[in-house]
Amino acid sequence: MGLGAYIAVSAALFALGIVAILVRRNVLYVLMGIEMILNAANINFVAFDRFNQSASGGGGLEGRMFAIFVIILAAAEAAVALAIVLNVFHLFNSVKPSEADLLRE
Amino acid sequence: MELTDRIFYWLVAAIAPLAIGAGALAAGGPGAAFALFAWLVLGGSLVCLWERSVVRSAFALLGTFGGTAGLFLLLGSDFLAMSQILIYVGGILALILFGVMLTPPDLTERKLPRVATGLVAVGAGVAFIAAKVAMTADWVQAAELAEPKSATREIGVGFVAAEEYVIAFELAAVVLTVALVAAVYVARRRVVDLAPAPSGEQS
Repeated sequence: MGLGAYIAVSAALFALGIVAILVRRNVLYVLMGIEMILNAANINFVAFDRFNQSASGGGGLEGRMFAIFVIILAAAEAAVALAIVLNVFHLFNSVKPSEADLLRE
Repeated sequence: MELTDRIFYWLVAAIAPLAIGAGALAAGGPGAAFALFAWLVLGGSLVCLWERSVVRSAFALLGTFGGTAGLFLLLGSDFLAMSQILIYVGGILALILFGVMLTPPDLTERKLPRVATGLVAVGAGVAFIAAKVAMTADWVQAAELAEPKSATREIGVGFVAAEEYVIAFELAAVVLTVALVAAVYVARRRVVDLAPAPSGEQS
């Protein structure tokens, strides 16, 4: 399969993640949408890395290292986001992002 | 299960053999594998977006993450595929499920017109950008692709070699430590919370 196929899959995954964030009114869907977006970025990184490796030994590990760091930061982000979701639910008794509006009052 | 849900799931299921068949026709075995994993990725996220229950959405993400790991394998990055399964499926999905269990379900939250509008927007946007890219992009590719080979050793060396990624590695370690300690601090129960709630309101 060529590079274009991977990029198409990643673009569709990215768009679905954005829609999950925008359409579903629930903090947990925001979390899931962010994970989808990070996954789409990772697919792109690895695909570009793969199609940059030439048979003569050119092309390094950059894409894959980037993807590993993205995965590491996604793990940290998920832990912090879960803590924030729990706190928001505790404070506002709701998981709708639109109801966390304490600063508005 | 409502009729729309039923139609949706049948459609998603019906796409799988079609996609795998088309992939097999286009590029043989690798094409079929690519179609299977792409179907897992996109089908999982579609179901996640569509599904009324948060628990089922979270489990649908299993397909997305597993399919991504499969795509990594097809791209010859076995180390990344393994870490994807370990961290995403083992860690992040479990965290999301914790979040699901600690918050109440809201089965009336999904509005089908909104979801449908979003899906139409996704379709139109992806089609437009794909057409644009297909017309203009000319990716610089390696003239002759190398055979995919395991680079686990190179990745390990890259993490600790002074002239490569050791600074980023240490930074990631510091960020992880700070983030996890902060998460524990933020999520803990305050002492006042442990007193019985006056109104019987319990989280």
